[in-house]
Amino acid sequence: MEFITSALENQILLTVLNAALPLLFILPYALVTIYIEMKMAAHMQNRLAYMQTGYHGTLQPFADIVKLLQKEDIIPTAADKFLFILAPYLVFVGTYASFAVLPFSSAYAGSELDLGIFYLVAASSLVVVGILMAGWASNNKWSLFGALRSAAQIVSYEIPAALAILGVVMIAGTMNLQTLTSLQSGGIHEWIIFGGTLPLGHKLALIPFIVVLFVIYLISSMAEVNRTPFDIPEAESELVQGYNTEYSGMKFAIFYLAEYANLFLVSAVAVVLFFGGWASPFGELMSGPLWGTFWFVTKGMLFVCLNIWLRWTLPRMRVDQLMYVSWKVMTPFALLCVIVIGFILVL
Amino acid sequence: MTAFTNYFSDVYRTFRSVAIGMSVTMRQMFAPVVTLQYPNVKKAMPERVRNRLYMNFDDCIGCELCAKACPVDCIDIEVMKAPPTENLGETSTGQKKRIYVTKFDIDIAKCCYCGLCVYPCPTECLKMTDVYEFSEFDRNNLIYNFGTMTPMEIEVAKGKVKQNEEEQAAKKAVAAAQAAAAKATAAAQAAATPAPVPPSPAVLAPQPPDKDAQTPPKAE
Repeated sequence: MEFITSALENQILLTVLNAALPLLFILPYALVTIYIEMKMAAHMQNRLAYMQTGYHGTLQPFADIVKLLQKEDIIPTAADKFLFILAPYLVFVGTYASFAVLPFSSAYAGSELDLGIFYLVAASSLVVVGILMAGWASNNKWSLFGALRSAAQIVSYEIPAALAILGVVMIAGTMNLQTLTSLQSGGIHEWIIFGGTLPLGHKLALIPFIVVLFVIYLISSMAEVNRTPFDIPEAESELVQGYNTEYSGMKFAIFYLAEYANLFLVSAVAVVLFFGGWASPFGELMSGPLWGTFWFVTKGMLFVCLNIWLRWTLPRMRVDQLMYVSWKVMTPFALLCVIVIGFILVL
Repeated sequence: MTAFTNYFSDVYRTFRSVAIGMSVTMRQMFAPVVTLQYPNVKKAMPERVRNRLYMNFDDCIGCELCAKACPVDCIDIEVMKAPPTENLGETSTGQKKRIYVTKFDIDIAKCCYCGLCVYPCPTECLKMTDVYEFSEFDRNNLIYNFGTMTPMEIEVAKGKVKQNEEEQAAKKAVAAAQAAAAKATAAAQAAATPAPVPPSPAVLAPQPPDKDAQTPPKAE
């Protein structure tokens, strides 16, 4: 951050650059992830996926973007034009606003907010508004059903996710993601999944509960990005494409980009909360601002790959099963873990 | 109490089944790929595959057996009998060609690839190949013209056939006259001597070898 600050005296330019940096990451990341996802999906089904464009189809994501760019942007006659146009941008804004507090490295986080993780949970909820808006404005039964399901799902799963985050915040004693990461920078044994920097006795007692919280966070984060097995808002076999049925061209591309950005966001949060964010697993070795970015992105991508792996393994859940898992299984378990962690920390 | 234990066993079974599923997909990810990159890599066809019909026109003797065998009538043949003096050459199997084949069209769009036309062919000039990439934008391109006779050659052949027919007709007239004369003399002889001589040898004797036996009574 300092070298950018020193290079640019202009405060406005600095702010714009600071705000644009995550975008510089998201765009290539989305292309790479689309490619990885298609390849993994194909190989899990003993297929090959893209092979024609470039070496093993490496240029296919670019071709997809070009295709989406030149497609006709249709706005249905019966749609609410203003909301229809606004919705995809709102979804992306909700996701992108959350990127502001992600510490990409020890030298860069868009904003080192003291309420970091709280802000992130709040800002990413804006996505629900965008999705509901898209479904309502499309004036289409499928879109509306998809949007309603999405809203119900995201609202339900935010509770166990927030409880899991709460458990971590209790252990770390801070909501600032940058500080949270610095606490874990002493090596792999200081990561919060292994009990953080607490004394050994506390650590051993905490680990099982933190692991449960991590699993709960992982599952609810998958539900929050609307991916299989929690893709009932888009359930192709039931709802065509859910809330983005009526979207085409660039607006659809923005939905798509927002979905992938959101996928990285929840993975990155999991990394920051449980796996030391930009901190190197070897303590002082291979640490520094640039190495930090490397570790952060690598760990994040590992979780993205885990998400993709799960997506192409599991079938879609039914709506009632989805609610059951959230309210009757994950929320009680998360609550229990938070309470037990509280007791352990007090003792 | 069972509800309580069921709850936990459900949680356990969920994780267990997810783990099993994930291990299956992970194993499949490194399993050999079954995709065949079709236009670049082609699957070997079975030995007796029946795809596009191929016809070797040089060997065709114009017997039309294939056209008769075809259940969908996709083979369209037009033939003309050549004069006996004309030498049309031989097939590769050593059979003499006696018929002008002026048209030999196969509408491959109609073809049902049954292969029934292949078996009756006496010179084995029709066969089914393993070529299967022959789609066309225009349906008319799927009518394959195997006939090699040019329109000019067909005209020449037609002229020859016509000339031959005229010659034959003239010969027939002469023969008929001769036959009539012979018959008249025979009748006269029969009237003189009532011995029952069969008339046919006498009738057929002066005729040329390929003359139709039915001609003389008609000429009377």
